[in-house]
Amino acid sequence: MPLTENELLELEKKAFELRCLCVDTVAWAGSGHIGGALSAMDIFVLLYYKYLRINPKDPGWEDRDRFILSKGHAGVGHAPVLADRGYFDKELLKTYNHTGSDFGMHLNSQKVPGVDASTGSLGHGISIAVGTALAARVLKKSYLTYCLLGDGECDEGQVWEAAMAASHYNTTNLILFVDRNHYMIDGPTENVMKLEPFADKWRAFGFIVKEVNGHSLRELSEAADYALEEKTAPVVIIADTVKGCGVDFIENQAISHYMGLDDEKIRQAKESLQRYYENRVKGA
Amino acid sequence: MGGMNYDVYSQIKLQTMEVYGNTLCELAAKHPDIVALSADLAKSTKIGLVQEKFPERFFNVGIAEQNMFGIAAGMAKAGLTPFVSTFAIFTSMRGLDQVHTDICYQNLNVKMIATHAGLSFGAAGSTHHCTEDISIMRTMANCKVIAPADGYETANAVVAAYETPGPVYIRINRGFDRLVYEKADYGFEFGKAVSMAEGTDITIIACGSCVYQAVEAASVLRADGIKARVLNMHTIKPIDKDAVLKALEETRRIVTVEDHNIMGGLGSAVAEVIAESGRACAFTRLGIPDCFSMIGLHEDIMAFYKIDTNGIAENVRMLLGREIEEDEDWTDEV
Repeated sequence: MPLTENELLELEKKAFELRCLCVDTVAWAGSGHIGGALSAMDIFVLLYYKYLRINPKDPGWEDRDRFILSKGHAGVGHAPVLADRGYFDKELLKTYNHTGSDFGMHLNSQKVPGVDASTGSLGHGISIAVGTALAARVLKKSYLTYCLLGDGECDEGQVWEAAMAASHYNTTNLILFVDRNHYMIDGPTENVMKLEPFADKWRAFGFIVKEVNGHSLRELSEAADYALEEKTAPVVIIADTVKGCGVDFIENQAISHYMGLDDEKIRQAKESLQRYYENRVKGA
Repeated sequence: MGGMNYDVYSQIKLQTMEVYGNTLCELAAKHPDIVALSADLAKSTKIGLVQEKFPERFFNVGIAEQNMFGIAAGMAKAGLTPFVSTFAIFTSMRGLDQVHTDICYQNLNVKMIATHAGLSFGAAGSTHHCTEDISIMRTMANCKVIAPADGYETANAVVAAYETPGPVYIRINRGFDRLVYEKADYGFEFGKAVSMAEGTDITIIACGSCVYQAVEAASVLRADGIKARVLNMHTIKPIDKDAVLKALEETRRIVTVEDHNIMGGLGSAVAEVIAESGRACAFTRLGIPDCFSMIGLHEDIMAFYKIDTNGIAENVRMLLGREIEEDEDWTDEV
């Protein structure tokens, strides 16, 4: 279903608030994978507030849609969303990365309600997602699996093993997103290990590719709607994003992959997010 | 229980892996939650027998082990019970990150039935031998490790794997195994060693294909008046501490035998129990002496590394000649 104007404005507000909560969580944690969490935030928000059929009061509900965060280091963006959706008390985010906390950098599915898979090794979440998608077929269940990949992790051969399997088994009940933020730890993806022609690679593996602005909730939503209807081949939505999106002084920098923020930087980050939000709403 | 219908005749005609495949088919017939996965080794590992009977529950992922273990994890997450079969070396090494993070870390109900273990793929060489898997797999938290001695025990182990929650690793051999048992209901119990021969002079603790050799060695030694106890330690994790401590107490000399590197496997697991007991014991580990193995027929290589009947008997005699403190207060040493 296309986004209504009201829905769009609500989601924009949610994305702003959760970007702020993500920044706060990085501060509570001492440091964190802020760049890739902010680049993925619009995808998180769209899925958790529009698409996923889930019940935070019953995280293990067997008919729920699954969400597998293959780029597991974006947990610092995922956890605030889960807290906001009511899986657990937001206060717990203040323990993020602390000794003995249930909330580590890479979220543990055994400990954090709402997390469908423990990820972090990179390149492996997509296989788990293919597994839950195939299981739905065996179990004759109608739940959907959504999976969010990072672009850097597409260097891993396993991603393409899984892509081959998704195409071979035509898992159209799997909706795949790639957060194409163009950066990995050691620098731009194209300098570290060239991914382009990225969309062509997915096409060659049997996917229908939708390339969208990953910070346009409307474009993301239209692509998701397309993927939900498409049954002839699995769809990958390549979301063109900005690493560190919304915090101007860390945007498009490899350093934002993992960093700490002092009080002054937190203040500046929040101001930047406020400006970013206002500009987005003006354009929405 | 699955696997209980195979008589001696059929066991002699069947490779251990075929017994596994048949057992899994019987289990799958009863339990719709069972699915089977392989990475282009459906025929070689015999998990493909499931494909013949339940094609909708079999998934070949091609030569892509890492993806296979991830898919299995996802299926287990959704409530299925995946049995996954490829060679031991690819299970314990090629796909280890996925076994570790996707399966064991999340304590998922995935059963890894790894074939061509130890030196059983004799001529294929060290790219296909697997003498490290017990060591690797027993350090995976949540994972249980079983090395069955023959086809009957494999059938029992596969059933036990289904009945035991969480990840289970079973290592079985390529080809035919010599039969250790005459029937399936000899009293297999997950986590409990099986006594194969009684004795008070020394204990031989073996697993997998070495159990047959240990039993033969004990019978050779008996002719010389040496009474060797033989334990089939099929479950290496969790190890049967009581059986080890009883052997320690009653025989004070222990030899371990395994088709595996002497580091980290059965011998190390037994050594940990002995060392923590605080009691002196004459002890030696037989296995592959921390090297990449030679190629050849399985039993020939076993003989080369002295994990066959003669090699075990020779080492038992050597260990019987070793001096250890056996004073009257031995039981108070702790």
